[in-house]
Parts: sequence; structure tokens; C-alpha cells
Amino acid sequence: MNGEALRIEDVHKSFGKLEVLRGIDLALAEHEVVCLIGASGSGKSTLLRCVNLLEPIDAGRIVVGGEDVTSPGVDVNRVRRGIGIVFQAFNLFPHMTVLENVTLGPRKALGLSKAQAMEEADRLLARFGLADKRTEYPDRLSGGQQQRVAIVRAIAMRPQLLLLDEVTSALDPELVSEVLDAIRELADGGMTMLIATHEMGFARDVASRVCFIHEGRILEEGPPGEIFAAPKEERTRQFLQRIVAAGRM
Amino acid sequence: MNVKLFLTAEVIILPAALFLAVLRSLPGPVFFPIRALAIVYADLFRGLPTILVIFMLGFGMPALGLSWIPDSQFFWAVVALSLVYTAYVSEVYRAGIESVHPSQEAAARSLGLTHLQSLRHVVLPQAVRRVIPPLLNDFIGLQKDTALVGALGVVEAFRQAQIDQSATFNGTPYLVAGTLFVAITIPLARFTDWLIARDRRRSQAGRLA
Repeated sequence: MNGEALRIEDVHKSFGKLEVLRGIDLALAEHEVVCLIGASGSGKSTLLRCVNLLEPIDAGRIVVGGEDVTSPGVDVNRVRRGIGIVFQAFNLFPHMTVLENVTLGPRKALGLSKAQAMEEADRLLARFGLADKRTEYPDRLSGGQQQRVAIVRAIAMRPQLLLLDEVTSALDPELVSEVLDAIRELADGGMTMLIATHEMGFARDVASRVCFIHEGRILEEGPPGEIFAAPKEERTRQFLQRIVAAGRM
Repeated sequence: MNVKLFLTAEVIILPAALFLAVLRSLPGPVFFPIRALAIVYADLFRGLPTILVIFMLGFGMPALGLSWIPDSQFFWAVVALSLVYTAYVSEVYRAGIESVHPSQEAAARSLGLTHLQSLRHVVLPQAVRRVIPPLLNDFIGLQKDTALVGALGVVEAFRQAQIDQSATFNGTPYLVAGTLFVAITIPLARFTDWLIARDRRRSQAGRLA
């Protein structure tokens, strides 16, 4: 077995009186791909934001690559450099070209020279079929292209862990596959990923494990074959039935 | 004289107001005293009538008779206008900063950038573009308020017009002074329109996020 990339221990998080995470435990080995499924509002996105330290947690521990990143005094900027996140709404910087979007982090947070950062960015953009878009502004790109740029922006930081937060939910259906293909390529390349998704077919293909999150807890987890074919929990079964009824699986 | 006042004050106001707005954006309880000071400053100098500040500094400071205090009324006029307009302009910047969606800051921070780096590279470039029209509005206000400085005895366009009018009992000098003011502010307005149009051509930054 590989080393441990991420361990989440009994994480709790509330927004005011609303308890969004009620004790999440989860561990990811290096090179593992885990998908989080569950209804909107179940806490998937919040969990990812907590791992990236964009939201402080109320209780529990998050250990990344052996280091407790939730202990006081940890340099959050250093931790975030090693954890990439891709958002549902892309969140590209609209006033920067594709190339500037991708090179900002490596230049300012990793301290790479402009030439180094651009060379690396061009290599990644070419790998994801975006080489001809390098000087475009984000609003000139399709949603699928924008999301692929966002993925490239995240991996340009050479993260040891990549978080993907419903990255295809804001896309037109015909653009979903190009983004999923990009993620599949990352999985094949050995990237450790924690993915919140509504794409069950994709989760079945790419994930080594699937976790069903319900009301802030992981209700059921296991290999995708088991979860999708023979869920043990009634709630999981109901959720999957609704997904099938909506034609999304 | 008015143009010199206006330009000198503007050179001070633009960075000072930006600095003040950035101070007010600092996160967390550690920076609460700094944020509070920035708020007190903005409230105070937006609340005081400009003419009052000009009088207090222009007449008050030299009257203290301290040798190390400059007694140039031009100097104090610039200080007074800068103090007042920095408060206004910092509010404009702040509105711009707050108009940039928090997801932009989140995206920048997720790359490991510090809060100040995020402001510098991601938030402020978008914020400043959005506030160019209201900034210009304040510049026009400043350009007009340079006339208040005449009350100190600094001979600017309006004061000169008063002098000429009293000498000749003829209203034309006021008309000339008014024309001069408008002749400066109208090109400023067109210049801003041009800036906005150019920006729109380059990218549609304001439309997104």
C-alpha cells in the first residue's frame, strides 16, 4: 500500500446554528481517487473547502501528507500550495489571460521565474488541448474550456492532492465529457483526488472508493461496484433511485 | 493655481485612499484596531465640511507659531483637500473591493497566495476598473472644491474672479472662472469614458464573476 495522502478525523463544521459536517472520518492513500456523492447541501463542498482550509473547522483534525494542517500556527498559505482545488463555477480571474491565470500561483506562491512558469504552463495547456487559447481571456472560452483551464491552473502548482468540487455541474451537457476526460487523465497519471460529483457513471469509472454523504456524515462507503449495485443503506438506495429517475446514471 | 492644487492633492489622495481601503479589508480579529482606525478616519473626514477643514488647517496650523510647521497656505490647502478626499475616495475603493465576488479571493488563496497578494493581483485590478467612473466623479468634486481654498487668501480662479468683479462691478469674471472649471472637468469626463470603452474592448472583466 502507498503512503497516506489525506486523513480526515471526526471533522465538525457549523455555519451559525446549521451543523453542516457532523463528524466526518475519511482517509485517502496516495494516488487514490475517492468520489463523494450525496444530495445538494449534504456537506460535500463544505468538506472540500475545509480540507483546503478555506473554511476553518470547529472540531476534529485534517492531516495532509502526515502533517496536521488544522493545528494552530500552521502556515495556511504553505499548506494550500500543496492542495489544489477546482470549483464548480471555475472562478478564473477574468482580467487575466489563460496563461496569466495559470502562471499566477507558480510565480507568486512558488516563486518560479516568469520563464519557468510559462514553460510549465504551456506544457500543461498543450496536454489538455488548450495551447491555442493561451492568450485568450476567460470570457472568450466555452464553459468546458474554462473549467479545463481551472484544472490546469490547479495542477500547475504541482499539488500532492487535488480537490474537485462538482466541476461539471455548471456545464452544458455536451461539454461535460471533455472535462471528465481531463480528470480521467489526471487519475491515470496518479494524481490523488477527492471529488464531489453528481456524475455517477464517472464516479463508477474513475473512483477506487465512493462515499455517500448524508446530512453531514459519511453514511456508506465502498468500491463503486458495491455502492452502486448493492447499497446497504436505505438512504443510499433512495438517493441512487432519484439519480436514475433523473436520467443521470 | 486650481489645477496645481488639484493635481498635487490627487497624487496624494489616490495611493493614500487605496492604502486606507486595503487597511479596512484586513481580515481577522488581530487587525480590528487598524480597521477601527480606518473607519473612524473615513467617518470623521466625510462628516466635516471641507471648508471647515481648510480653515482649521490653513489658519490654525500657521497660527500655532511652531517653527517646524510650514506656514505656506498652499501646503495646508493641499493637506486639507487630501484629508477630506482621501476619506471619500477610500470608500469608493472599498465599494469596488467588495464588489469583487468572494470566490475570486477564494480562488487566489487556494493557490497559496497571501491575502495581500490576492488583493494585489486578483481583487484590486478588478475593483479599480469598476470604480473608475465614481472615482472621476470625486475628482470633479475635488477640482470644484479647490475654489474653497480661495477663502484662505490663496489666489485661485474663483478668488481672482471675486477680485476682478469687485474692481469692475462686472459679472463677466465669474463667467470666465466658471468656464475655466468646466473646461477642465469635461475633458476629464470624456477621458474616463474612453478608459472604460478601451477596457471593455480588451476584456469584459466587469461582466463576469
